[in-house]
Amino acid sequence: MAVVFGVLIGALLIVSQGGSPAEAYKALLVGGLGDSDAVLRTLQKATPLIFGGLAVAFAFKAGMFNIGGQGQLLVGAVFAAGVGFGIDGLPVVIHLPAALIVGAVAGALWGGIAGTLKATTGAHEVIVTIMLNFVAGNLTDWLAANPWKDNSGSNIVARTPLVENSATIPTIGAVPVGFLLAVAVSIACWLVLERTSYGFEVRSVGHNRHAAQYSGMKVGWIMSSTMAVSGMLAGLGGAVESLGVDGRFEAGVNVGLGFEGITIALLARANPLGVIPAALLVGLMEAGAARMQYKSDVAPELIDVIQALILFFVAAPIIIRWLLRMRHDNSEQLQLGAGWGKS
Amino acid sequence: MTETLLGARKVRKEFPGVLANDDISISLQPGRILALLGENGAGKSTLVNILFGMYRPDEGHVIIKDEIVDLRGPDEAISRGIGMVHQHFQLVPPMRVVENIVLGAEPTRRGLVDLDEARSRVIALSERYGLEVDPDALVEDLPVGMQQRVEILKALYRDADVLILDEPTGVLTPQEADHLLGVLRELTETGLGIVFITHKLREVLAIADDIVVLRNGQVVGETRPSDTDESDLAEMMVGRNVMLQVEKSVSRPGDPVLEIKELEVKDDRGQIALDSLSFEVRAGEILGVAGVEGNGQRELVEAITGLRAPSVGVMKIEGEELTGESPRQITKKGVAHIPEDREKHGVVAIYSLAENTILNRYHRRPFSIRGILRRDVIRSHAQDVVDEFDVRTPSISVPASSLSGGNKQKLIVGREFSDDIKLLIAAQPTRGIDIGAIEFIHRRILEQRDKGAAVLLVSAELDEILGLSDRIAVLYDGKIMDVVDAQEANREKIGLLMAGITD
Amino acid sequence: MRPRQKQLLYAGLTAILILIWIFYSADDLQTTAVLAGTVRAATLLALGAMCGMIGERSGVVNIGIEGQFLMSAFAAFTIASMTGSLFMGTLAGVGMGLIMGWLLAAMAVGLKVDQIIAGTVLNISALGLTSFFYDRSRSLGIGKYTNIDLGPLADLPLVGTVLFSRPPLTYLTMVLLVVVHIALFRSVWGMRTRAIGEHPGAADTVGIDVLKLRYFNVTIAGGLAGFGGSYLALEAVGTFSRAMSGGRGFLALAVMIFGRRTPFGAYAAALFFGFTTALQNQFQLNNTFDIPPQFVGMLPFVVTIVVVALSGLFGSMRDPAALGQSYEKG
Repeated sequence: MAVVFGVLIGALLIVSQGGSPAEAYKALLVGGLGDSDAVLRTLQKATPLIFGGLAVAFAFKAGMFNIGGQGQLLVGAVFAAGVGFGIDGLPVVIHLPAALIVGAVAGALWGGIAGTLKATTGAHEVIVTIMLNFVAGNLTDWLAANPWKDNSGSNIVARTPLVENSATIPTIGAVPVGFLLAVAVSIACWLVLERTSYGFEVRSVGHNRHAAQYSGMKVGWIMSSTMAVSGMLAGLGGAVESLGVDGRFEAGVNVGLGFEGITIALLARANPLGVIPAALLVGLMEAGAARMQYKSDVAPELIDVIQALILFFVAAPIIIRWLLRMRHDNSEQLQLGAGWGKS
Repeated sequence: MTETLLGARKVRKEFPGVLANDDISISLQPGRILALLGENGAGKSTLVNILFGMYRPDEGHVIIKDEIVDLRGPDEAISRGIGMVHQHFQLVPPMRVVENIVLGAEPTRRGLVDLDEARSRVIALSERYGLEVDPDALVEDLPVGMQQRVEILKALYRDADVLILDEPTGVLTPQEADHLLGVLRELTETGLGIVFITHKLREVLAIADDIVVLRNGQVVGETRPSDTDESDLAEMMVGRNVMLQVEKSVSRPGDPVLEIKELEVKDDRGQIALDSLSFEVRAGEILGVAGVEGNGQRELVEAITGLRAPSVGVMKIEGEELTGESPRQITKKGVAHIPEDREKHGVVAIYSLAENTILNRYHRRPFSIRGILRRDVIRSHAQDVVDEFDVRTPSISVPASSLSGGNKQKLIVGREFSDDIKLLIAAQPTRGIDIGAIEFIHRRILEQRDKGAAVLLVSAELDEILGLSDRIAVLYDGKIMDVVDAQEANREKIGLLMAGITD
Repeated sequence: MRPRQKQLLYAGLTAILILIWIFYSADDLQTTAVLAGTVRAATLLALGAMCGMIGERSGVVNIGIEGQFLMSAFAAFTIASMTGSLFMGTLAGVGMGLIMGWLLAAMAVGLKVDQIIAGTVLNISALGLTSFFYDRSRSLGIGKYTNIDLGPLADLPLVGTVLFSRPPLTYLTMVLLVVVHIALFRSVWGMRTRAIGEHPGAADTVGIDVLKLRYFNVTIAGGLAGFGGSYLALEAVGTFSRAMSGGRGFLALAVMIFGRRTPFGAYAAALFFGFTTALQNQFQLNNTFDIPPQFVGMLPFVVTIVVVALSGLFGSMRDPAALGQSYEKG
């Protein structure tokens, strides 16, 4: 289906640059799955993608489009790192969860701003979250370049010091604990959405906000809280990156992870469980990209292109089903794509 | 002399799952008014859309001026002289009257729209036919009756020989409706032919030259007013003997349940929609609120159900002040609400019937415990509702969108009636549904009233109000004109009040 | 506009003029630089806003302007560099914009994909494709568009440099403002466009082909964004770099809303946003105040949020009623 098309056109692009698709793709696969190091890389790459995808998917369920995953991820990452390196002497059992929680809360706040603005002023979350992305980018850059800068040695790069060991996420063999956390959170999301009354409220608002209101649901609060949860998920993803793979927060790294979350969510049709395989697929491609470049001289940006193509093919055939599932009623303000003003 | 100005010959149109038009043939002669009668879902709108070129028939033909035509779209129908006045006006609200009238056929000068020319043409037209309008008024600022005139002028501007009017009197007071019928009569004197679609028996007998009755997509009767009467027509429309009046026992009202004092409510634009309103509804009685839509009914219902906070005034339920409380608080006090727009406010189309049944009570025991939904309890409750309220469906797991209008309404009624009701607010409860469901819902409402509930019935269908209410309040421009006992009420009296005329 | 609003407008304009005069007297060089920078930044935003408003007035949301800018800038840069002609490059940018506009139309109007998703697809694709094909070694070679002095007008102090000594595409943009305004509000096309965005059913029943008109509008609106991309690469900056659109495609949407979806309103809003950007650059250049550059960088974005929130509160800025919905016949 969509993935196949994307890969095929990717192959054409490779040919256009004078390379060999078979060689390139083989290198890609080996780079992603070939040995336990590769598998580790894939899982590590997939982890933030799961969180990013969950963030977007959760917001989708309430009929909102969270394009702010990038910003939420960044604040989550930087504040988690802040707790990670800033405090020492704590046992790992306290330090690590604390850092994670701080990151999650930071993300929740970042997402909550957009949600609250939407609920109270009707400001469309797409614009607000995109703006917040840029604000977050500037803010975290500043943090990493000034108050929280790693001034040890001759470092001039804008980044924080390494986090303490007591705040680092461990790896069990080839499986990063962060990945396990991501899977657990994913399952939790699904359970909340399908089996709890809060999840029922979220989905009701997403399907038909007016009927939800008429049934007594507090729509404004549901929208704010959903964006906050969504932000929390993205923030958690950022925190896991800082505390696990990167070991610190560095400005300029992790650019684009938030946007990939959108691709993942769409691939997964906004199903929290579907996010996992989607993230694994993309993670695989990214893990193998370096080897692909090394072995067959194909630019790693090809992965981005293939993703974009897959996204395109996914978006097109699911029109009818997407329409039905997400914005079946035609009242002016409910839909994702509706205007920017007051609801 | 043209025989058939507009007609259909053996027209057949099918949509997925439903045969909307089955072998239909009708014929309209110049200068005559043809009434198309049928209940909701009989196929009138489909037929008319075919005549107007919006749809193409699967089989059969459309005939215009004795010629068989294959309409490629509304613009071809328009150019052939067919004009349509839609039930839901097809006007662009933020644009001016003159712009709306000439849209699609704009006079131009040097490549730009020539509004001056348009304006003078519109004025000439409105004088010729006696339909006064202000060309530069914004459509959204006009009252409904005026908007309808603009719709009619739109058709006349394009040199229509035939006017098709789809349920034109739904939004008018009885007096405005009479006026409209008079205008139509005059138009036919110029040779215009008119197709008049309605489900209102009285109007048909008053205005039509020829009557065609549709049922289930087929023509089941063709007659003239002189040869028939209301109960005859009703029987043709429904296919069996119909009780036009529902049987009602004498009411024995008790203490007031709902008390409204000096209520002022503002609408979305900040204008006053309800002005110093005071009334009460007692246990065991039905208070009908009559009035043309747009006079504050929506805001009244929203204020009572907690969806809109009043700016001034007091609302009490069973003596307890609940002004401005949230919907959930008010529901807890035993208030049930049948919303007027079931698609928008009543059901979530994608949800299963089971999920829809608990839309307003999912947070309570036994449906959820500590935030976790109990699916088995929900399912069995839904099955009970479906059984008791005669909701026709293969199962409770299908999406609500698969239900017909009448069944959706029964589901909503079933959901709302599941608890003990102290106050029932029914807003347009039988709009757009088939007669069988209408009878069912009317009976259920009376049942609640006999059990001691207070019922506030808001409806634009005067017959429904006259038939069910014990007392009738008329709402006009946000004020209550008068409250009369049902026994002393009749169409003329209420109609005058609906138009804001007191004696 | 109502009389009251007109009064406020004139009062505001007068106040601004007085302020400018004061600053100019104090430091003419910096003031001129900032104002010139304002016009420069405003041009791109205005073009994006015009692209957005044509689509939105037809009922279609376009959040892919960012991607359109990027791809068109890339196309303009590459073709100009290969052919040695700025003119060909400009055309290429417009062409790419038309293509992307058509893609958006095909997805959103033809396939009825959710409009926001369609726009996002454009953005992600643009970033990926331009990054993939970007050849770092390529340079423009011929130099970007230079200022054209409009005769003696260019010699006027302040105004001369800021308004009458600009490169050609800037002038063209100003002309486009007038053209789009006349088209939207006085022409047959404009009236029908506005109708399909407010009440497509009304247009349909008088025989206007709603879907075809939307297709057309979204496509040519893309051309405007394409022109913006050409401007970005060939006039404003002079080269191409990864993700060079920098969020301005989204800012353009805020400009559009703030400007009430009219060309002149959008230009005023664009000048406002352009001003914040020019200020940011000036501060960084001169270290005028001791504000970290990142905070100044945040300024336009924070302002946007405030603007969007406020315009929601003061609900008078109303969306076209049919915005965002796919049109189904009958």
